[in-house]
Amino acid sequence: MIRFENVGLRYGTGTEVLRDVSFTLAPGSYHFLTGASGAGKSSLLKLMYLAHRPSRGLITLLGRDVARLKRTELPALRRQIGVVFQDFQLLDHLSALDNVALPLRMAGVAEDDAMEHCVEILKWVGLGNHLQAKPSTLSGGQQQRVAIARAVINRPRLLLADEPTGNVDDGIGMRLLYLFEELYKLGTTVVIATHNEALIRRFDHPHLHLDQGRLHLLSGAAA
Amino acid sequence: MLLRKQYDVPLARDPSSRFLVWITLLMSYLAALALAGALLVGEMAARWDSGLAGGLTVQIAPLPGRTDVPPLTARVEAALTVLRATPGVTRADPLGTDDAARLLEPWLGPDAAKDPSLPVPRLIDVVTDGTVDTPQLARRLESAAPGATLDDHAAWLADLRAFARSVVLAALGIVAVVSGAAVLAVVFAVRAGLAIHHNVVQLLHLMGATDRYVSRQFESHVLGLSLRGGLAGVALAAATLLGLQHAAEGLRASLLPDMNMAPWQWATLLVVPAAAALLAVGTARATVLRTLEALP
Ligand SMILES: Nc1ncnc2c1ncn2[C@@H]1O[C@H](COP(=O)(O)OP(=O)(O)OP(=O)(O)O)[C@@H](O)[C@H]1O
Ligand SMILES: [Mg+2]
Repeated sequence: MIRFENVGLRYGTGTEVLRDVSFTLAPGSYHFLTGASGAGKSSLLKLMYLAHRPSRGLITLLGRDVARLKRTELPALRRQIGVVFQDFQLLDHLSALDNVALPLRMAGVAEDDAMEHCVEILKWVGLGNHLQAKPSTLSGGQQQRVAIARAVINRPRLLLADEPTGNVDDGIGMRLLYLFEELYKLGTTVVIATHNEALIRRFDHPHLHLDQGRLHLLSGAAA
Repeated sequence: MLLRKQYDVPLARDPSSRFLVWITLLMSYLAALALAGALLVGEMAARWDSGLAGGLTVQIAPLPGRTDVPPLTARVEAALTVLRATPGVTRADPLGTDDAARLLEPWLGPDAAKDPSLPVPRLIDVVTDGTVDTPQLARRLESAAPGATLDDHAAWLADLRAFARSVVLAALGIVAVVSGAAVLAVVFAVRAGLAIHHNVVQLLHLMGATDRYVSRQFESHVLGLSLRGGLAGVALAAATLLGLQHAAEGLRASLLPDMNMAPWQWATLLVVPAAAALLAVGTARATVLRTLEALP
């Protein structure tokens, strides 16, 4: 379960980029996060993957009050959250395969199992021929798919994706959204930030809409 | 895991890597030389110790022109009588005039030293079991044989021991300074690495890497570098010591300490790269963990 209560966020001493944000996401729910550029979508996701702490308000993440978490409890919580970053954040010196294997290595999964699993998922996102490629030799869309494979490899309880279809054509975009759909059916809570109205209209999921830092729930989202 | 060939944090190409190897090399070189110096002086002091402990020398001045005292040979006999009657004295051997001449030869030349008119003092070499009351013995010798003075080797020994102690202390000081410099170098290199790879470290952190997972990458990196530098430094120090040994063999000055190191002493020098590696790994860990504290 994810709950935001009157959450505000400001960077440094600037104005609040998120204001009085309150919502609850049921476990195993699927939401699109929409809003104009600069509305605060990435900022909201950062709060959800613990890259920032809120300036005010309460955040409950996977049942834990974030403000009360001990430092030593954070890594285990973060490993249950898969993130597709807007700028991918792949490690340039590692192959696609090693990038995808990163979460498994952190979790201490045996190397053979990890590799088998990573090859499988890279084939699924259509990169079976680019296992050993370095990210810098891949196209934007290919890098994005590596980033997505890395985010889902560990079967996260919460999947957060920031513009995961921003660099691919609608065909591949659909395929990736179906991958998230699979995880959703397996019980993962999914939040996907996107501009792509055409793609999301094909899926029947509620929207969280951000407008100048304020959140509105659209089309039947559980409040 | 500690020596995995590929790291998540690509530290190998950092410019600070080569710098760290060189610093460790220099520091290990100095530390190994200091350690070798301490070992050699320590052993030399121990040898002098066993050679001089329990030893006394009685010197009887010729006192030319004094008519109120018995002749030199009579006074030597009197001194010997006193010494042999003293409990605790195990041996008392007079040195012959030839021995005295030999000791003087380097200063006076072979002929002058044997000149019978030369007022050469006579020496008695005394070995004790260490229980002799030397001030009292000195007074009794002076009254039995006027002109006799007692030279207690214990005083020399105390000086020698103090000298050896200060050499060892100086060596420890050098090792401490060198270790401090090595720690600073590692702190600098690790901080530089953390700054250069800030994005990667941040990403690993957000993906749920524990602080130890991140620090291990830095630890194994500096472990490799410091072992390389440390071993090279000790090898260079060994070459220097062998060179000095070779040079000392050419001299026939018995005053120089014996430069030959025993196998166990050579082996002891390997403590240096091991200590350098431990120090580097510990420093890297502490530095990384402290820096990561600042992340959310
Ligand atoms: N690190 C930061 N420091 C200061 N201000 C920031 C930072 N990141 C974002 N902002 C500001 O916060 C506001 C929201 O940014 P955010 O990246 O969350 O928008 P977004 O909805 O993700 O936009 P886009 O669709 O373009 O990705 C913007 O006004 C932006 O300038
Ligand atoms: Mg954004």
